[in-house]
Amino acid sequence: MGVSISNDHVIGTSAQLKDVIIKPDAPSSLLLDKHADYIAAYGSKKDDYTTTNSGKMDTINVDKAVEFVLSCMNFDGGFGCRPGSESHAGQIYCCTGFLSLTGQLHQLNADLLGWWLCERQLPSGGLNGRPEKLPDVCYSWWVLASLKIIGRIHWIDKAKLRRFILACQDEETGGFADRPGDMVDPFHTLFGVAGLSLLGDEQIKAVNPVLCMPEDVLQRIGLQPDLLS
Amino acid sequence: MSSVQEASTETTEVKEQKEFEGDADEQFGESFGADPTRYTFYRDRKEWADLEPVPQDDGPNPVVKIAYSDKFADVYDYFRALLKKDEKSERALALTADAIELNAANYTVWHYRRVLLQALSKDLREEMKYITNIIEEQPKNYQVWHHRRMVVEWLNDPSEELEFIADILSQDAKNYHAWQHRQWVIQEYKLWDKELEFVETLLEEDVRNNSAWNQRHFVISHTTGFSDPAVVQREIQYCLNQIRKAPHNESAWNYLKGMLQDRGLSSQPGLLEKVLELKETHCSPYLLAFLFDCYEDALEFSSQKENTEQEQKETLKKALEICELLAQEKDTIRKEYWQFLGRSVKNKYGGDGPSVAEEAKPSVPASETS
Repeated sequence: MGVSISNDHVIGTSAQLKDVIIKPDAPSSLLLDKHADYIAAYGSKKDDYTTTNSGKMDTINVDKAVEFVLSCMNFDGGFGCRPGSESHAGQIYCCTGFLSLTGQLHQLNADLLGWWLCERQLPSGGLNGRPEKLPDVCYSWWVLASLKIIGRIHWIDKAKLRRFILACQDEETGGFADRPGDMVDPFHTLFGVAGLSLLGDEQIKAVNPVLCMPEDVLQRIGLQPDLLS
Repeated sequence: MSSVQEASTETTEVKEQKEFEGDADEQFGESFGADPTRYTFYRDRKEWADLEPVPQDDGPNPVVKIAYSDKFADVYDYFRALLKKDEKSERALALTADAIELNAANYTVWHYRRVLLQALSKDLREEMKYITNIIEEQPKNYQVWHHRRMVVEWLNDPSEELEFIADILSQDAKNYHAWQHRQWVIQEYKLWDKELEFVETLLEEDVRNNSAWNQRHFVISHTTGFSDPAVVQREIQYCLNQIRKAPHNESAWNYLKGMLQDRGLSSQPGLLEKVLELKETHCSPYLLAFLFDCYEDALEFSSQKENTEQEQKETLKKALEICELLAQEKDTIRKEYWQFLGRSVKNKYGGDGPSVAEEAKPSVPASETS
């Protein structure tokens, strides 16, 4: 018997679709100060560090690597880990990022992939990583950044996604969880914040979808990976 | 968590003490000294006194320094010492198990363990048991699955694999690692025979298991292929049967579309009619999307079918109606996509067809602003 999970109660049988329900009292605004405190608690002090772009692309056989990545494209337009492996949003993010960095985005079928990606959005507004799985805030990054890279971010409902991401916040501790009501952790906090940035939240710096770093940092070192429009 | 009460207070007391100390490793008898429940750090074990522990070097300005426990730091200080010395010994092998228990994602430890297994000519069947235990505890760890693959290759014996993977899948039918390992085993050792049957069993249990549908595609494409019309017919029938049982099934529709799209959706005799029939009783956004794909395919290949201009117009009209229906009513969350599709077919195939009701202006393609 398949079981669907909704927040902390179990609903239905395998006849039900997997999604979460956002409670009416879920957080609906960005709790910036809470998150700042949460993240700061993990480090002792802020140290400057230099970013280096080591430019080591020439040490690998890029053509062969591109060939391999493209061989991981599946019948549904998505990418798996290896040829034949199930399409998965995390893998797709790696592949689109890779194709961007190697200047090979034109090899994608952007319409087909964009369709598969926008199908990740569930009625709750959240995104899952593959069909018939629960939404998870980290897919707000993997899926959203992929869509941004291939120029189809407008194919998801932004308002609904924003609502889902905000509902994943913990009002007491700060930070974001994988889905509303769960425990927060730094991983999901990063991707919740990054996802909100991609959606255009003005309180957050612009983030680069390929490298998941602030755009101003990349501009400083002159690194602007390709995106499709 | 067990809801069973502890049988004796003695057991409870020992358990609490173990939890206080951290995990007590019963397999490493010599590390206990007088009290068998007390864990001894490597630095306090006399049989390790010859080795100088090597602390972790985080560099001059660590940004987010991990707060390792004493136990963790101690084990890994000695692991680094072994690496530095390139020591190949039983005690080193035993230590790798401790290191793995503390962090099963450390691939350097796994690599070293493999070096040791070979250098010491260890019993690989015993190693398989060890691997099985780790996977049962941590079924989503990448490194242990890779390790299993290596050992299976060394043994050149996949005989336990399908059953083992089936067991892991019985606990989580969508475990990505399990499926990937399964695909490797089947492809490497040509164990295709019963796999379609296995897939069908899983789909009986959960017809929405996308991993199982993916596996179905994998098996068929590597065995009979999809060129044989009899196979295609059988698969179409299978899909439609599953859809009747659970209409709102993304995987089944994706599979159907994926299988047919290169061959031409509209080239399958009777398929369109069957889908139109299903539309009355088992409709879903996926069905409608599939219908659209059929119409689009018909428009694309109209020259081969000698469609009349009137038929073309009719088909275009139906395609646009579906986009409208999806955008406005049946799948509004993806309204932008359906409107894009509507515009695309209209631009490509018609000029006189009805337009899809749109927002005030067409969507702006994604640029740097969002």
